Amino acid sequence: MTVLFGQLFTGISIGAVLLLIALGLALTFGQMNVINMAHGEFIMAGAYTTYVLQQSITGAGLSLAVALPVAFVVAGAMGVLLEVLLIRRLYARPLDTLLVTWGVSLILQQLARDIFGSPNVQTRAPELLTGNVALPGGLTIANNRLFILALALAAVSALTLALRLTPLGRRIRAVVQNRDLAAVSGVATSRVDRTTFFLGSGLAGLAGVALTLLGPIGPTMGTNLIIDAFLVVVVGGIGQLKGSVIVAFALGVLQATGEYLTTLSVAKVIVFVAIVAFLQWRPQGLFTLRTRSLA
Amino acid sequence: MSLFRGRRILAGAMTLVAAAAMTACGSKTTDEGGATGVTADVSGDTVKVGLLNSLSGTMAISEVTVRDSIMLAVEEINAAGGVLGKKIQPVGEDGASDWPTFAEKAEKLISEDRVAAVFGCWTSASRKAVKPVFEKNKALLFYPVQYEGLEQSPYIFYTGATTNQQIVPGLDYLKSQGAKSVYLVGSDYVFPRTANKIIKAYATANGMTVLGEDYAPLGSTEFGTIVNKVKSSGADAVFNTLNGDSNVAFFKEYKSAGLTAAAMPVVSVSIAEEEVKGIGTQYLEGQLTAWNYYQTTPGAANSKFVAAYKAKYGADKPTSDPMEAAYVGVHLWKAMVEKAGAFDVEKVRAASDGITFDAPEGLVTVDGKTQHIAKTARIGKIGADGLITEVWNSGKPVAPDPYLKTYPWASGLS
Repeated sequence: MTVLFGQLFTGISIGAVLLLIALGLALTFGQMNVINMAHGEFIMAGAYTTYVLQQSITGAGLSLAVALPVAFVVAGAMGVLLEVLLIRRLYARPLDTLLVTWGVSLILQQLARDIFGSPNVQTRAPELLTGNVALPGGLTIANNRLFILALALAAVSALTLALRLTPLGRRIRAVVQNRDLAAVSGVATSRVDRTTFFLGSGLAGLAGVALTLLGPIGPTMGTNLIIDAFLVVVVGGIGQLKGSVIVAFALGVLQATGEYLTTLSVAKVIVFVAIVAFLQWRPQGLFTLRTRSLA
Repeated sequence: MSLFRGRRILAGAMTLVAAAAMTACGSKTTDEGGATGVTADVSGDTVKVGLLNSLSGTMAISEVTVRDSIMLAVEEINAAGGVLGKKIQPVGEDGASDWPTFAEKAEKLISEDRVAAVFGCWTSASRKAVKPVFEKNKALLFYPVQYEGLEQSPYIFYTGATTNQQIVPGLDYLKSQGAKSVYLVGSDYVFPRTANKIIKAYATANGMTVLGEDYAPLGSTEFGTIVNKVKSSGADAVFNTLNGDSNVAFFKEYKSAGLTAAAMPVVSVSIAEEEVKGIGTQYLEGQLTAWNYYQTTPGAANSKFVAAYKAKYGADKPTSDPMEAAYVGVHLWKAMVEKAGAFDVEKVRAASDGITFDAPEGLVTVDGKTQHIAKTARIGKIGADGLITEVWNSGKPVAPDPYLKTYPWASGLS
């Protein structure tokens, strides 16, 4: 029973990581239909931001607290820069955004290698986050995992509320549903695009901060994550935050269960087979967004 | 834009990512020297040697330090007049933690740079990838890392430990401490899988139970489930054959799960001082390692080696077993060449038997038959200062036995 709950929590925590890395993408790919291959490198930027801040701020807890907003802004700013310099010119040509942002991702990886060196680096975790919560029955829940779960849930709630309740959220939804109509209604679509990109990229930065609590930071860490992130968004249904949330946790639990019963590699195969089967049945993803857009 | 079109584009994207991942590993970075296309001229006053290590990718954390200590040995030898009166000119290549790249760079060093010997490789996967290249070209590789044994190539000198000099002493130590059961965790490639076959044979013969065995891909950072399995198995100890920075994620998860060195010790065979520093001592304090050398190993030769290394690379840089074995490899090659009186590979091989070197780990002797070396086995405990202190040693150098012929329980292994 302990094992069952332990595994369930492991699955949920894998899901939380998946959600955190996919959340920004749900915004830029899901809402704006821009295939941003450099999204993984924005995650990396968030991780390295944490590393850099640790060089100057001694307390690991304080540096983590500072890293969250700073990484958000750093990655967000990189996203805006990318949007202004390149993506803005390519909204009508999605395949080109794919190639261009892929090139950008390779450049960013090399840049990271030049600045921080090829070997991966590590950050110190605050003492509080290296321990665990002991529950009755010998079950323990790792504090760093709890923190990531809380961060993912906070981010998804904040994003949902922002999209539903704020004027900006209304404008984003208007542009997503019908860009031309939004434009003639007086919405400054290009400014909305830029803001959306800032938010989406900033969320990748947050994910990067969270990932420093789990493993090493390296120039190619984003490449390993981006496929998982795209899968979550596609299976969840493009343009649907709730789809991403459900799918992230479902895949996390499936992965953990598969791994417990078999091995890590087999579990990955199980997850991919499940995804392929699911997309045969529901090619549009778990949820679909009804739009009035003609495109 | 329709959703379906988006998905087709995405399929293309995935293919591209896969392609990117593959090509990124093959990126070229030439260090020093580089391709000149000139044949190594042994009649001149220099001799070229190849340095083949991963300077990027998941293995760089370990292999960069090996490169550094090879360079130290090269400089020492050059300062003392070189080999047979010729200065060594190192030619560096980056294997990029990618096995086909290793094979390609080995071919380049041998055919294009015409080096007299190559020093490097870390993972067994990289060694297996370059082995046919060295055998085809009849060129020499000095391989500095402990490995799974069960191999003997006429064109490779193995200066790290084979299993009877590291893994078997590690198991003997666990047994002497009363461990009745172990859990095996390793990276998913040739070294951990073979090592675990040997461990299972040992366990069967010595009344030990293997409670489980799990593998994670190299570079994998998700260890939640594996640590859960280890924890619920209730094993007396964990035998860890993870390589590279997967260890970072594994030990972070291990500590988060409340597992300690006192409750369930982990014996690692691929974590040396440099990795300890990278992973963080707070995650590793009290855990065990099995090696032949530690920075704290006593002796004049080691004091000199440690001092020289720190003088060149910084006082905060620790020395480790693979670094020491790589350093020893260069010196052994020099001794072999001088005994042979030539750089010719066959002559060097013929001269190798019985060559000794007063190494930092203590006296080492080359066994010409297996091309491995006799070395002292040591078990160490990781301290709060990040250094490893010996808790046991074999007392004298252990003769290499790559095929474990002297162990009856190993008879079925191949």
